[in-house]
Formats: sequence, C-alpha cells, structure tokens
Amino acid sequence: MTVAQIIISAVLALLVLCGIAMMSKVKTAAWGNILSAFAILAAVIMTMWFVGIINLFSVWTPLIIGSLGGGVIAYKAKMIEMPQVVACFNGLGGGASALVGVMIYMGWGIQENAYPVFTRLTALIAIVIGTLTLVGSIVAALKLDRRITQLPVELKYHNLLTLLLLILSVSSVIFGSIYGANTLLCLSAVLFSGVLGWAFAIRVGGADMPITISLLNSLSGVAGAIAGMATSDILLVAVGGIVGASGLLLTQIMCRAMNRSLSNILFKKKNLKSPTSTSKVAKTETLEELFSNLSDMEIQQLLDAINSLTAEIGELRKEMAQLKGGVNVSSGLQEEKTEATASDVLRKAKDVIIVPGYGMALAQAQHIVKQLADRLTQNGAHVRFAIHPVAGRMPGHMNVLLAEADIPYDDLYEMDAINDDFKQCDAVVVIGANDVLNPAARNAEGTPIYGMPVLNVDEAKQVIVCNYDLKPGYAGVENPLYSRKQGVYLCLGDAKETLMELLKAL
Amino acid sequence: MIHPLILLGVFVVSTLAGYFIIRRVPSLLHTPLMSGMNALSGVTIVGALTATGIAALLGEGKVAMLIGSIGVGLAAINVVGGFAITHRMLRMFKQKKQKQ
Repeated sequence: MTVAQIIISAVLALLVLCGIAMMSKVKTAAWGNILSAFAILAAVIMTMWFVGIINLFSVWTPLIIGSLGGGVIAYKAKMIEMPQVVACFNGLGGGASALVGVMIYMGWGIQENAYPVFTRLTALIAIVIGTLTLVGSIVAALKLDRRITQLPVELKYHNLLTLLLLILSVSSVIFGSIYGANTLLCLSAVLFSGVLGWAFAIRVGGADMPITISLLNSLSGVAGAIAGMATSDILLVAVGGIVGASGLLLTQIMCRAMNRSLSNILFKKKNLKSPTSTSKVAKTETLEELFSNLSDMEIQQLLDAINSLTAEIGELRKEMAQLKGGVNVSSGLQEEKTEATASDVLRKAKDVIIVPGYGMALAQAQHIVKQLADRLTQNGAHVRFAIHPVAGRMPGHMNVLLAEADIPYDDLYEMDAINDDFKQCDAVVVIGANDVLNPAARNAEGTPIYGMPVLNVDEAKQVIVCNYDLKPGYAGVENPLYSRKQGVYLCLGDAKETLMELLKAL
Repeated sequence: MIHPLILLGVFVVSTLAGYFIIRRVPSLLHTPLMSGMNALSGVTIVGALTATGIAALLGEGKVAMLIGSIGVGLAAINVVGGFAITHRMLRMFKQKKQKQ
C-alpha cells in the first residue's frame, strides 16, 4: 500500500462513518446510505487503479454480473421477504471473505510478504468466520422463508458437537498458519467451519431470529476485517470493524429486549417449564411442523375451513344463548364477545394504540392496518402504534412493514415511550402479537419470557385481540390476558380477514 | 505490507468509533441500519479484487482465477443488492403529511 492509498482509505473510512452517522435520523438516512455506497464505489475504483487491473476483462466480468444480480434481487424482493433477503446477502459477503482467505492462504493473490505467519493466520481465520457466516446465514434464510422448520432442531450432544467442530476449525487454523499453504488444511477449515455454521443456526428458533441475524451480520463484518488484515488493506479492516461493531450492538439490544443472554440463546436448551401442560406445547409444535410441510394453497384451504367452522360455532353459541332465554346472561360467555362489540368500542374510542406483531407480517395485514388507522382517525381518534423491540423476525421489522403501508413514522412509538400511556388510552388493538405483551413475563418465574420487558397492554381498559388463535406464542407461555373477563374482545382468525370485518363494522 | 500491529490498531479504533456512532440510531431505523451494514460488509469486494487482480497479473492457474472471480461476484451481489435494498426501504419512511 502506498501512502496515497492509505490516505484515500482513511478518507473513505471517514465518509462511511459519516454515512452511518446520518442514518440516525430518518430525514438524512437515505443520503447517508448513498454516501456509504459512494465511498465503497470509490474504494473499488481506487483498488483497481492501484493494483493495475482497471483494464483487465477477467475481473470486470464477475464484477458486472454480480452487480446486476444484486440489483435485480434488490429490485424484485418483496418487503415481506426482507429478513431472508438481508440474511442471504449477508451470507454472500461472508462467503466472499472466505474466498479471499482461500486465495491468500494458498498464496495465489499476494506478492511479497514480510509477515507470512500473520498473513496465513488471518487468511485462515477469514476462511473460518466467512464460511460459518455463509452457511449460518443460508440456514437462517431458509428458516425465515419457511422452507425448513422454524423450530429449533437439536441433535443429541449438540453442544459437544459444536465444541468439537470449533476445536477442529481452530486446529486447522493453527496448523495451517504454521505449516504454510496446504490444500487439505484449507479444505478442512472450510468443511469444519461450514458444519459449525449449520450446527449453530439450525438450533435457533424463529422468534430468536432477530438475534441470530444481528450476530451473523456482525460476523460478516469481522470476516471482512480479518480478510483485510490478510490482504493488508486498511480500508477493509476499518469498514469491517465498523460493521462488526454495529452487528454486536444490535445483538446486545435484542438480547436486552428479551432479557436473555447470548449464550442462553445459542447454547441452552429451550426450557418449556410453562404453567400449561406440556402436551399442549407438544401439540402446537407438531401442528407447526405439519404446517411447514404444507404448500401455501393447502394452508389457505385449511384456514378457510377453520374460519367457516369458527363462524358456525359462533352462530350455534348464539342460538344456544337464545334458547336458554337469557337465564344465564350475566354469568358466562362474556369474554366471547362478537365483533360488533369490538367495533362499538373502536367507534367510541378517542385514543387508540395499535400493537403489531409477527402475525401481522405473516398475514400481510399492514395495508389493512393502515386503513383501520385512517378510519379511526377520521372518526376523530388519536391513533398510535406501540412497537416492541423484538416484534417480528429482525430488528425494526415492524417499522419497515408499517412504513411500507404508508404509515407515517411519527406515529410509531418505541416501547419505553408509550408504555405508560396504555392505562389512559380508550382501546388497544393487538394484531398478531402475543409474547411481547404477555403479562406473564412479569411473574411467571421459570418460563422463557420471565423478566422480558413487555408492552403494558393488560393495563388498558379495552383490548381488542386480532390474533390467529389463542395458543401460547413462540415462548409457549399461556397469555392470561385472553381469559380476562372484562374489556377483552377476541377476533380470531387471519388478521387480514378479521380486520376487514372490523373495518366493515366501523 | 503494513505492520500487523497497525492493522489490529485500525480494527480496534474503527470498532469503537462504529459502536459509539451506531448507538445513536433509533430502533425505528434498525432494519435499514442492519441492511446498510450488511451492504458495507460487502466491502470485502476490495480484498477480492486485490487478490484476483494480483493472481491474474502473476499468471496463477485457472483454479485461483475461478475462486477469485466467484469471490468478486458474491461480494458484488452483496454490495449492490445491499445498498439498493436499503435505499428502497429508506424511501418508504414518510413523515406525517400536514393536510389539515
């Protein structure tokens, strides 16, 4: 690296930092992103210039093909697929760093070298972390895309296996850096770290995905930084370090929001010591597994069948109540109110808080949520959205979906900013959220969600729950809110349909 | 070649700088932030270009060129796709219109 190159690298790294700093405000964020992109473009041109390959056809070809491919994927991806697309891109970055490591370790892409052991060591670490990121991200993306089960998969002796793979990967790195270029050691580093990435990602369940993705994001940055040490490239080291830090920070924020430690998520068995019977939990799991094997069409048909059945049961109940002739009107059945009463509540409400969750994303109901919010605003209500930090499948997932539906971001409130307002508001509408508002988190000791900060939905006088069903959420803990006798209105079924009905009734 | 200790120093300093700057990003923007960071992690394209370029100039074999080209291609997908998708996301964030 020449002095000029080092100076330009430093300037570009500063530009990247400025770009990130601009991402802390919505108004400047888009420009911050463009600034970072510009800095990377400049870095690419600078590198090609200084290496002397600016007119080398064989390097331009993959560069152009890759850029076009990335552009097309980014253009075509639906917002709902964002978590898996981000995970996928992330994996590719890790894979690229691993390949750089392979080039350097095998001595293919490097000229003179004053520090051969350091170079080999960093190249091999880049291979290990890069491959781990690649495989881990692909597994995470497949889980998010529901192509493989979202449930944690645990092998026998999973921890032992992970430890063994880690030891094998580390020994490949150590032997490789001592002995010099060796195809066998290179392949073993790739193989062991690849299986390690699989073992690490396959045991993480759907709701812990925000943490896994953040961690993989951090790892891809670290892999880049270490590849930068191997190629002796200051810019790569600096930017990789920044990315690594950001991923780590997000991981930390997500862990805090769930009140779980990172090691608990990665290495501990999920303990389901919930007050519910274990058979119920087991049943929901097999059901979920069943669902994951069905095609979308089949699921839709099943959903339709279930919905029509629910409707029939509701009518039968009404008939029964009429037959009983109002003898028991005051005693039972009060929580099973019909949608008409839910819409009554909404019609009168002047201060409404909407709580979205992953269910809203699954049902793709964000646009109808927007219509509901508009209708309520027309009725003179003040509508706000309460967003739990881990709602959804990646950090900030709900914000992006609601932004897609044109909901202005000043109506979106973080948990701490809105949690005290639940007591005073007239109505809360819960859409496909469960664990993030489960009051059991405050007192159900020994359950996975115990101690997790939750939205104080239970403090509200009137709560309308538009969830798919009343089954415990991902954490497997029964939500006592559902059995509350007063002020809870349940609209069960696909959020898109139940919201549509609510909307019609308003 | 740059001294290994300098490289490690750059890594530590940039990590700390990144940590303190990113801490100010509100959770509202966490998805675009993550996606943007993800695009930035494709900066490894610089390393891939360097390695592949040198391999080409030194006349290394076909395996080396193939691996290098795949590396450049993957990193290019990561960088271009990552920035484009972040831009798409950020464009969706709108402030309340003052219609009244």
